[in-house]
Amino acid sequence: MSPLFFWIFSLLMLGFAASVVLNRNPVASALSLVVSFLGLAALYVSLDAYFIGTIQVLVYAGAVMVLFLFIIMLLDLKAEQRRKLNIAVTAGGVIVTLGFVAQLIHVLHRLPIGNQPFSALPAPLDDVRNVGTTLFSAYNLPFQVVGVLLLVASIGVIVLSKRELK
Amino acid sequence: MMNALASLDWFLIATSLAKTVFLLFLVVLPMVSYTVYAERRVSALIQDRLGPNRVGFPTTLLGLKTDISPFLGGLGQPIADAVKLLLKEDFTPAHVKKFYYWIAPGLGIAAVIVTLAVIPFGSSFLGVPMVIANVNVGPLFIFAISSLSVYGIVLAGWSANSKYPFLGGIRSSSQMISYELALGLSVVPLFLILGRLNLPEIVQYQVKNGWLLLPFTDGKLTLKEVLLWIPVFISFVIFTISLFAETNRLPFDLPECETELVAGYHTEYSSMKFALFFLGEYAAMIAGSSLVVTMFLGGWHLPFIPDGANQGGLDFLHAVPAWIWGIVNITVFFGKVAALLFFFIWVRWTLPRFRYDQLMRLGWIYFFEIAFINVILTAGILAFFPN
Amino acid sequence: MAYTVPRPKLTLAEKFYLPQVVAGLLITWKHFKNMLLGRTKIIMQYPEEKWDASMPSYYRGAPTLVRDEHGRERCVACQLCEFICPPRAIRIKPGEIPPASKWAKVEKYPEEFDIDMIRCIYCGLCEEVCPEQAIFLRKDYAITGLSRSEMIHNKAKLYELGGVMDGVVNKWNPKK
Repeated sequence: MSPLFFWIFSLLMLGFAASVVLNRNPVASALSLVVSFLGLAALYVSLDAYFIGTIQVLVYAGAVMVLFLFIIMLLDLKAEQRRKLNIAVTAGGVIVTLGFVAQLIHVLHRLPIGNQPFSALPAPLDDVRNVGTTLFSAYNLPFQVVGVLLLVASIGVIVLSKRELK
Repeated sequence: MMNALASLDWFLIATSLAKTVFLLFLVVLPMVSYTVYAERRVSALIQDRLGPNRVGFPTTLLGLKTDISPFLGGLGQPIADAVKLLLKEDFTPAHVKKFYYWIAPGLGIAAVIVTLAVIPFGSSFLGVPMVIANVNVGPLFIFAISSLSVYGIVLAGWSANSKYPFLGGIRSSSQMISYELALGLSVVPLFLILGRLNLPEIVQYQVKNGWLLLPFTDGKLTLKEVLLWIPVFISFVIFTISLFAETNRLPFDLPECETELVAGYHTEYSSMKFALFFLGEYAAMIAGSSLVVTMFLGGWHLPFIPDGANQGGLDFLHAVPAWIWGIVNITVFFGKVAALLFFFIWVRWTLPRFRYDQLMRLGWIYFFEIAFINVILTAGILAFFPN
Repeated sequence: MAYTVPRPKLTLAEKFYLPQVVAGLLITWKHFKNMLLGRTKIIMQYPEEKWDASMPSYYRGAPTLVRDEHGRERCVACQLCEFICPPRAIRIKPGEIPPASKWAKVEKYPEEFDIDMIRCIYCGLCEEVCPEQAIFLRKDYAITGLSRSEMIHNKAKLYELGGVMDGVVNKWNPKK
């Protein structure tokens, strides 16, 4: 895949990720996050990881963010828009973020793997099958544990929301 | 930069563009407007009326003796409607949230149109495969992109800043989220049986082994095939009914039920912005029908007809050039889609609207559970008959 | 007293709903098929075919003015219809019959008589209130025009639509 697309989509992703934080309007923030997710999905796809890219869109952009947007619209948050910018907090946030980015760049530069290009993957990669076989063979136990965990969580949600009916 | 441009496959880009233009502007959009016409004609015939049968093509304006009013008459109606919608005043109410109000219709229709990219709408034509993007996650891609079309509706309902659109938007999005689960889960048995998610390969499998819903082209029937037909049929029923809910069609068109919500989420829209919602709704029907045709009804395949490379089918038909069969395959595909669209319309003018709690109960309690049991049933059959 | 609507006991097939859906689809298919094959014949192609012949005698169409059998106008410009008209569609400009005339006792005649057919609601109160039986609702129902002014029926138009109506009219009776 062309590096042209890499630059387009990573700039798209980063730009909208910044606009999530910078926007005062919660709906605009949520939508920016959706576009950022889409940019990330496009990056996955440009790496020939269609499955992960599609799941990224399906789960995050299609399900999680719709629910987020739902809640935001129902709550009709006005307070966030009216709030003044706190300079000290903002400066602190910027410094922490820059420090983290600097550290990340430093560490990645020192990693030997960071300086050499990846070898090309064998052409038609059946990533759905690969993900499936890996999950159900090498990582079978953690996968089942995560499944049970999710089941417990959903039962917990049902119990919590039903309690008032009694 | 030049390197980046040179590394692109220009033949692929050119054919993809040609396919996109063909599919979108020559097939799907005209199909949408004539589906609206079919909707009106079929509903009229079902209700013992005639429907729009007047608008022909005014060829007298071009100096000819008579106007052409073809076959059933009224075939000029969609064109007249399109012109009307384009020329109407595009009114933006003062109380709306302008930016979101403007992008909502576009979001709604864009998501639907992108899903068409992975549908194999023909075998091949002059060696070019008739699918725009041959990805190995076809159905997942379609579910992912069509789940984005909720944004158009949610934003339309919210940005209109008025009661009925808001209620319509909320109803619609909760309905779509609910039925996405049943929709996604109902096709899992298919993937268990086929072992792949690539739509062109799924069609090829059906060419070899018979359509999934009607396994008859194979010739020989084994017990396993007969047993597997049961979960496939269940998943077909659930998938089709969930599709009605996904596309907001009657009997599940709660988001825009006139008696309660005026026109639902597009109450405040007029002119071309309203038309975009309208287009999106019908394009979603076409995309959904295409998916059903591809997964259950053999895609572009018709028994005894060879494909675009003159493979398969009856031997004496191979005398005809392969490109003709390529066109025949495309026609067969859209013929099947049209038949399903007729079914959509037919159901719409038969069944009354569900109540909202019935809709939710159907989706969450019945379809979700049945689809789940169906997955286990299929896995059981496949485990019991290895190979 | 509260009345409880008895819920019908549903059979298993009805509870399952899908068989009922199929039954409904078959019914609509029957209608669709019969209509498509032209077996259902209940359609009248309106502008070409009209139902004028089968129109009942009591049909109330557009209000019109009528003349008597001698071609004389019946209206005395009493303006009762103008006053009773709910949408105020009628506008009358009365004129005086000169004292020298043989019919000076009638006193008034309508100089102008306009009915705005955009406003008219075809209620028939004007016909009911008229003491001279001068205004009648006739059978014209397709009142159309390309402009508002075209939709205002003036006196000439009203007489043209109304025609002649026989019967005793007090106004033209010299003895009364």
